[in-house]
Amino acid sequence: MKVYLDNSATTAVEKEVLEAMLPYFSDIYGNPSSLHSFGRQALKAVDESRQKIAALLGAKPNEIYFTSGGTESDNWAIKGAVRASKNKRRQVITSAIEHPALLETCEALEKSGEAEVTYLKVNKEGLVDPADVKKALNDDTVIVSIMTANNEMGAIQPISEIGEIVRGEGVLFHTDAVQAADTLDLNVNALNVDLLSLSAHKFHGPKGIGLLYMRSGVRLDRLINGGHQERRQRAGTTNTPLIVGMAKALEISVRDRERNVKHMTELRDYFIGRALNEIPYCYLNGGTERRLANNINLSFGFIEGEAILMSLDLKGIAVSSGSACSSGSLEPSHVLLALGVKEELAHSSIRFSLGRDTTKEEIEYTINTLKEIVDRLRGMSPLFNIEKRTGSYV
Amino acid sequence: MYNEKVLEIFANPRNVGEIENADGVGTVGNASCGDIMKVYLKIENDVIVDAKFKTFGCAAAIASSSVATEMIKGKTIEEALKIRNADVVEQLEGLPPQKIHCSVLAEEAIAAAIENYRSKQK
Repeated sequence: MKVYLDNSATTAVEKEVLEAMLPYFSDIYGNPSSLHSFGRQALKAVDESRQKIAALLGAKPNEIYFTSGGTESDNWAIKGAVRASKNKRRQVITSAIEHPALLETCEALEKSGEAEVTYLKVNKEGLVDPADVKKALNDDTVIVSIMTANNEMGAIQPISEIGEIVRGEGVLFHTDAVQAADTLDLNVNALNVDLLSLSAHKFHGPKGIGLLYMRSGVRLDRLINGGHQERRQRAGTTNTPLIVGMAKALEISVRDRERNVKHMTELRDYFIGRALNEIPYCYLNGGTERRLANNINLSFGFIEGEAILMSLDLKGIAVSSGSACSSGSLEPSHVLLALGVKEELAHSSIRFSLGRDTTKEEIEYTINTLKEIVDRLRGMSPLFNIEKRTGSYV
Repeated sequence: MYNEKVLEIFANPRNVGEIENADGVGTVGNASCGDIMKVYLKIENDVIVDAKFKTFGCAAAIASSSVATEMIKGKTIEEALKIRNADVVEQLEGLPPQKIHCSVLAEEAIAAAIENYRSKQK
C-alpha cells in the first residue's frame, strides 16, 4: 500500500487542473505581451485567471502579481518593502517560526545592513501574541510579516488581529499564506493584510507558480528587473499554463473547501487520538484548537525521526521529519525548538500532513504500521528498555 | 539519497541487542545531537568473539552500527582499532556526505568499547 502523508511538502496536481493547463503549452502558446492574435489569446487566459483569483481572495485583479512561487513572493515582499522605505533605520518584525523563505530573507537583510529584524517568540502552541507585535512596533518599523499558518505544526495565527494593530500604525503587514491556502479562507480584507504570498503546488496546482497580493497603494522595490510584465513590477515572460493551472486549482480548493476540511479534520483527530492513546511516550507538538485541518506533528520518545521516516517509507508511507538528520543540518526543527520542545524530542518528530484524498483505510494502515515501527526502533534504542517498556534520556 | 545497500541493512540490521556481562562497553554521542551509539563486546584472549549494539539515530547510524559490529567480529582488538570510518562507508557502498559522521560515530563507539575493556584489564 502506498500512502502519501506529505501534503504540506507538495500536493498532486488535480486532473481538472492539468486538463485546464494543457492547451496553453503548445496550442495557445503565444506570449501574453505580444500584440498579435497569438499573444492576445494567451493574454485573455491570463486576465481571466487573474480575475478569478482576485475574486477568490476578495482582491482586485490589479492587486495580484504572479511570481515563481512562495519563496519569491516572500523575498519580494520583505526586500521590496525595506528597499522602498524612506526610513533612515529600517526594522522588520517577524516570528521565530517562519518558513526559511522568510527567515533567510530577513537574515540576508541584516547581513547587508539594510534592516534590523525583531523575531517574536511564540507560546507552546506556536502562537504569536498580538500584544507582542504592538510592543515591538516603533518609528523605524517598515513591515511586519507573520505567517498565516505554520508549515510544520499547523498553528493558525491571529492574523486579522495582528493586522488591525500593524495597519493601524501605518506599517505594512505581510502574511505568508502558503501553507494555509488549501484549508483556510484567505479573504485579504478579512485577514487585514497588505501583502500575501501564495504557492499553487500546496493546493493541488502546479509547481513553479505563485503570487503576491499587493494592496492598492502599496509600493515595493522590484526584485526581478527586466521586461514590463505584471504592470512593470515583476519581469519575466508571463507563464500562461501555470497561471491558468493556479487559478483552476484555487477555484477547486475554495469550491470544495468545506467538505475537504471536515474530512481532513475528522481523520486528523482520529489519528492523533489513536497515536496518543496507543503509543507510549508519544507527544503532540503544537495545540489542538488553532491547528490546520491537515496537520499532525508527533514526537516519539527515545527514537530518532529520520529512522521513523525511513522505516515508514520502506512500508510505502511518505512523511517528513523535524530531525536534524532529515534536513542535513545539525540543528533539529527551529519551529519545534521555538515552541519549547526539547531537542531530543524535536529530533524524534514526524509530520503527517493529510490531503483531500487521504482515506480512513490509509490512516488505519499508517497507525498500525507506525506502532510496529516505534516498537522495533525502541528495541534498538540504548535509551529504552523494551522488556520494561520504559525509557530515559540519561 | 540512501543507496539500496544502506536501506537493506537498515531494514535488517545485524547484532542488535546487548551482551550480558560484556567485557567492553562503549557509548558515544548524545540525545540532544540526535544520535547515541552503544557497543557491547565479548572478548577472549584479545579476540572479539561477539559484538552487539544499540543505537538511537537515523538510518545511516543504524546501518553503520550493523556493519561496524559485523566487521570487528573475529578480529583481535588491535585489528579492530585499525578499522576506520572510511571502511564502514565502503561496506555500506557509500553514504550521503551529511551522513559520514554516522560512520565516524561507529568507529568511535568501537574504540570506546575497547578502551573500556582495556581499562578493566589494568
